[in-house]
Amino acid sequence: MDKIRQDERVLLEVSHLKKYFPIRKGFFKRVVGHVRAVDDVSFSINEGETLGLVGESGCGKTTTSRAILRALDPTDGQILFRTESGEIVDLAALPEKEIRPLRSQMQMIFQDPFASLNPRMNLLDIVSEPMLTIEGIKSRKERSERVAELLRLVGLRPEYMQRFPHAFSGGQRQRIVIARALALNPRLVVADEPVSALDVSVQAQVLNLMLRLQRQLNLTYLFVAHDLSVVKHFCNRVIVMYVGKIVEDAPTDELYFRPRHPYTAALMSAVPVPDPRIRSAMTPLEGDVPSPANPPSGCYFHPRCPYAVDICSQKTPELEEISPDHYVSCHRAGELELTGVVDPRQAQIG
Amino acid sequence: MNPTEPLLSVQNLKTYFFLDEGTVKAVDGVDFDVYPGQVVGIVGESGCGKSVTIKSVLRLTQKPGRIVEGKILFRSQRVTDADSGSDVIDLTTLDPHGKRMRSIRGAEIAMIPQEPMASFSPVHTVGNQLIEAIRLHEDVSKEEARQIAIERLHEVGMPNPEQRLDAYSWELSGGLRQRAMIAMSLSCNPHLLIADEPTTAIDVTTQAQVLNLLRSLQKMHNMSIIFITHDLGVIAQVADYVVVMYLGRVMETGPVDDIFHNPLHPYTKALLKSIPSIYSPSGTELPTIEGSIPHPFSRPSGCPFYPRCEAFMAGVCNAKDPELQSINERQSVSCFLYEEKQMQPS
Repeated sequence: MDKIRQDERVLLEVSHLKKYFPIRKGFFKRVVGHVRAVDDVSFSINEGETLGLVGESGCGKTTTSRAILRALDPTDGQILFRTESGEIVDLAALPEKEIRPLRSQMQMIFQDPFASLNPRMNLLDIVSEPMLTIEGIKSRKERSERVAELLRLVGLRPEYMQRFPHAFSGGQRQRIVIARALALNPRLVVADEPVSALDVSVQAQVLNLMLRLQRQLNLTYLFVAHDLSVVKHFCNRVIVMYVGKIVEDAPTDELYFRPRHPYTAALMSAVPVPDPRIRSAMTPLEGDVPSPANPPSGCYFHPRCPYAVDICSQKTPELEEISPDHYVSCHRAGELELTGVVDPRQAQIG
Repeated sequence: MNPTEPLLSVQNLKTYFFLDEGTVKAVDGVDFDVYPGQVVGIVGESGCGKSVTIKSVLRLTQKPGRIVEGKILFRSQRVTDADSGSDVIDLTTLDPHGKRMRSIRGAEIAMIPQEPMASFSPVHTVGNQLIEAIRLHEDVSKEEARQIAIERLHEVGMPNPEQRLDAYSWELSGGLRQRAMIAMSLSCNPHLLIADEPTTAIDVTTQAQVLNLLRSLQKMHNMSIIFITHDLGVIAQVADYVVVMYLGRVMETGPVDDIFHNPLHPYTKALLKSIPSIYSPSGTELPTIEGSIPHPFSRPSGCPFYPRCEAFMAGVCNAKDPELQSINERQSVSCFLYEEKQMQPS
């Protein structure tokens, strides 16, 4: 039943993950409702793969990534992780004490390198802190040797070790954040919008570094982002989320060029193409994203969906495998003819 | 209005910030023209001076910043030049707090700020803020202003404008808030609209809505728009003419098609190559621009881009300042690669 137990390549399998935040009101802080930030999400990541998680703000992509690392405690569901020794553990059920030794295997790269580095710690302290707290390496010499090695790995000079974060530019800071994440030789790295705070010319440097490190260290990435071009470039497989649910899950090219869910198709057509000769392709979606505290009935997308029929407002669609390895949750997925990103070859002709 | 004469002409604009630590040359000799009905995109990364340029145009630079040199010629319909009586006014000569500048700002030159949440007052209704803007520039009664405001909100595609007028900005969603902001900036039929990164804080589907709206409003009113962004995709979709800036200087200008399909400056070329394309195969390395943007205090001498440039010529690029010069009838570039032969090292 669980994919992770049958398939050796699967590193992480999330099944029926839910994270609800209570809404409290009044003097007694009574719970009057729930924000369903993540609502029954299931997917898996193979070792060495990069999985992209995309969606608009408030769709639950960050909450999902935090719940996997147990930075947030999930409300329900399983997070099965294959540890280094080959054992399969459910991170959602483990008490904090038992997760701690596993933390070295899962690390995180944050969005804003200006907020995620302590300005009062130098690089040596920042990068070696996980070695001290998780592995308990007391020897300063040993730590500084490993920090030097890590800094070299991410393309910074080891001599910078005594400097403080303010001396570095955004791109360099993000390299420091990456070095810290790699300090304990993790196997899974969750990167939440790692390049969105960076300038265009620096973005490419950081993305290249992450690709190179993946090949060198056989890392598995869960890449959370809203920039669809970056995700297209970086990921093997992409999941699209909408109001706490997965609407589509497919290999990257398949998803971008042959989307099966109307929301994915709308997202793809909304991406501004950096070519003035391909204009007017932008067909925006009407309306706004509904609130996860008060989602619409049936399929959450039906009020904005141009293809909605009666059943869409009555029944919630399930995520189903429509073609090999391509999952979609739409009642009409089988019959719709959707176009994704304009194919460059066709666009050149037209 | 004569479409062959520029509506706005920025000439050799220099805006410096005089700090205790030294002078930051945020805008250091910028030239560009905006013609009636044209959408000019200014692209550049952080610190390139794009925001300071437009703040200078609106005369909103704050101390310790000051326009030290240059002209900002604007063809006004409300104000005439004090001496010559001409309708072309040099905005740099006006008192930024004076009556004449204030009657241009907001009425003839309007602006859509980046963050619509931070730009609305949370304690006044959207309608009151719109009505205030209208009554500041037009001699109309409160009731008439309210009608204009409803009309404007309707124009930007706001559902139920009569009710939304009495809403507070925090009651609106991101997309609607940005629409209300656009309605406010259009309230006095400006000839020039300045949009400072109007879509960076919002999601792609909303971004597409806002861009489409701006495109159609531009056609409807035949306005000129200066569109500021770091997103080359957005520029390709909306601009007619592009100004590429780097560290306070203009690197290249030209029609949007030439900039994207025949870029001349090494910076423009490298920038275009380094953006991840939706068409490129997954998992491949991108060509990058080495290094990072220099700190404003440690600005390189000569061409500001030379330390990161692939075509760097020692003794030339780091010695002199390149001039912005026209290469063909459409594009202008400031790079020694395109200067006369005698400028080359012997």
